[in-house]
Amino acid sequence: MGEPETRIENRGEAQAESLVLQRLREQFREAMLEVRVWRNETTVVLAPHDLVRVCRFLRDDPDLAFDFLSDVTGVDRLSLPEASPRFEVVYHLYSLQYRRRLRLKVRVNEGQAVPTVTGVWETANWHEREVYDLFGVPFDGHPDLRRILMPDDWEGHPLRKDYPVEASPKWWEEEPV
Amino acid sequence: MTATRTMTLNMGPQHPSTHGVLRLVLELDGEVVVKCVPHIGYLHTGIEKGLESKRFQQGIPLTDRMDYLAPLSNNLALVLAIEKALGITVPERAQTIRILLTELTRIKSHLVWLGTHAMDMGAMSVFIYCFRERETILDLYEAVSGQRMMSSYFRVGGVAVDLPPGFEDKVQAFLTAFPARLAEYEALLTANPLWRQRTVGIGTISREDAIALGVSGPALRACGVLYDVRKAHPYSGYERYQFEVPLGKAGDVYDRYVVRMAEMRQSHRIAIQALERLAPGPINVADPKLIPPPKHLLKRSMEALIHHFKLYAEGFSVPAGEVYQAIEAPKGELGTYLVSDGGNRPYRVHFRAPSFVNLQALPAMVKGRLVADVVAVIGSLDIVLGEIDR
Repeated sequence: MGEPETRIENRGEAQAESLVLQRLREQFREAMLEVRVWRNETTVVLAPHDLVRVCRFLRDDPDLAFDFLSDVTGVDRLSLPEASPRFEVVYHLYSLQYRRRLRLKVRVNEGQAVPTVTGVWETANWHEREVYDLFGVPFDGHPDLRRILMPDDWEGHPLRKDYPVEASPKWWEEEPV
Repeated sequence: MTATRTMTLNMGPQHPSTHGVLRLVLELDGEVVVKCVPHIGYLHTGIEKGLESKRFQQGIPLTDRMDYLAPLSNNLALVLAIEKALGITVPERAQTIRILLTELTRIKSHLVWLGTHAMDMGAMSVFIYCFRERETILDLYEAVSGQRMMSSYFRVGGVAVDLPPGFEDKVQAFLTAFPARLAEYEALLTANPLWRQRTVGIGTISREDAIALGVSGPALRACGVLYDVRKAHPYSGYERYQFEVPLGKAGDVYDRYVVRMAEMRQSHRIAIQALERLAPGPINVADPKLIPPPKHLLKRSMEALIHHFKLYAEGFSVPAGEVYQAIEAPKGELGTYLVSDGGNRPYRVHFRAPSFVNLQALPAMVKGRLVADVVAVIGSLDIVLGEIDR
């Protein structure tokens, strides 16, 4: 399906996105581990320890103004060709003023914590709880890191690739007949 | 100094005003809410996990079950994301059908909101009226897909089947009758002093807090923030339609009510335009690798038989990569984050459910207010637990 890109939502977008990358490169050249543009979407991979300062810059810089955090989620890369570090935490940023999206990512291994961005965008609170619940990625400095969708005493993290789709831990003891 | 004694009250998960299975742990000082902690997850069905083991086209019925009041919006969010990853655009007629039906879905979803919201606050009759109109839209759903609620009508590459004969007339009849009905509901509530007392100045949230909390949809627009995905990042051809984005000012329960009522009028307007645009034409992309060939070709064309076999035996694959596609669902920004590893099943799908994010703003809205206001505020947020828990 090697068709060329047919959905161009906004003509100025391609240029505007390079402005985001330009500004980021000026400020954080060493922090940007990887940059990818696909289907008109920009992804920037950061090291976990750079995440919060980059986010704060993206929110506060008047030319970028990423004031709206759309979404935070995770990906378990266990079955991908490049499986290490295992987990990816994905942030979808949005600028209400410039109508621009940006995807940030950090990658961590099992047990390694990601700094919370709740200090930058309050909305990250529940999203990070969900990633913690379903992937088992802890967030450093999170004000209320509890499971959110699964019961508190649940074992395992369902969205991990090595968590079976159909089997579930036993909840009750069967009485002998 | 005597210590203040507060009482902890469990509201839900079986409370009628929580619109499903939401549990709120309220800390009360008399009747005043000191603290509100929502507990969710009672309806968690692992839809995102389930999608990973289904082929791209097979995942659509699962999305119906998220926001079950707006199943077609969920379908659209998923198929648009897959189509974006594939790099395809569906034909004009399919786009128009999608817009027509998702706008009817918006009206239908808002009608349930209005009916239940009013009922929560004691206005019984509105509920009955709203469900009468909703039933007409459900009939339209049934006519196109055979299902009243879980319609799963959209497909990657277009829609499942063409509209049935006489469908346009049925839609036209509904669209003709609807404005007068809407005016009736407004007459019951908008200027009603009881309604205003229960809603004006209740559950207020400031513009800044709403943005920081990621609130979207009518709840965000009620604070005066102009953000509608249909305008900001048009999809399915919304840029060709004339409509306005209603805005509120105060960010309270009343403004959310006003915004949604106005949105139904705009959806009605868009639906009329879509009906006018509905010209004959293909309803699917002309790509036999995505869309099964017509049945009559199977006995005559070897190629068609091969495509048919391949499609039903293994589906199609999507190039490796990742996309985020947002749509303006009735509740707000519904985003699909899709990761493909190049195979015939999604590697990961995540839905940014608007209700999930909007509910997070509830504690900020009810703090320091009365228990009765909590009911009003939940209703005004228009949450659906199926989507929150996924």
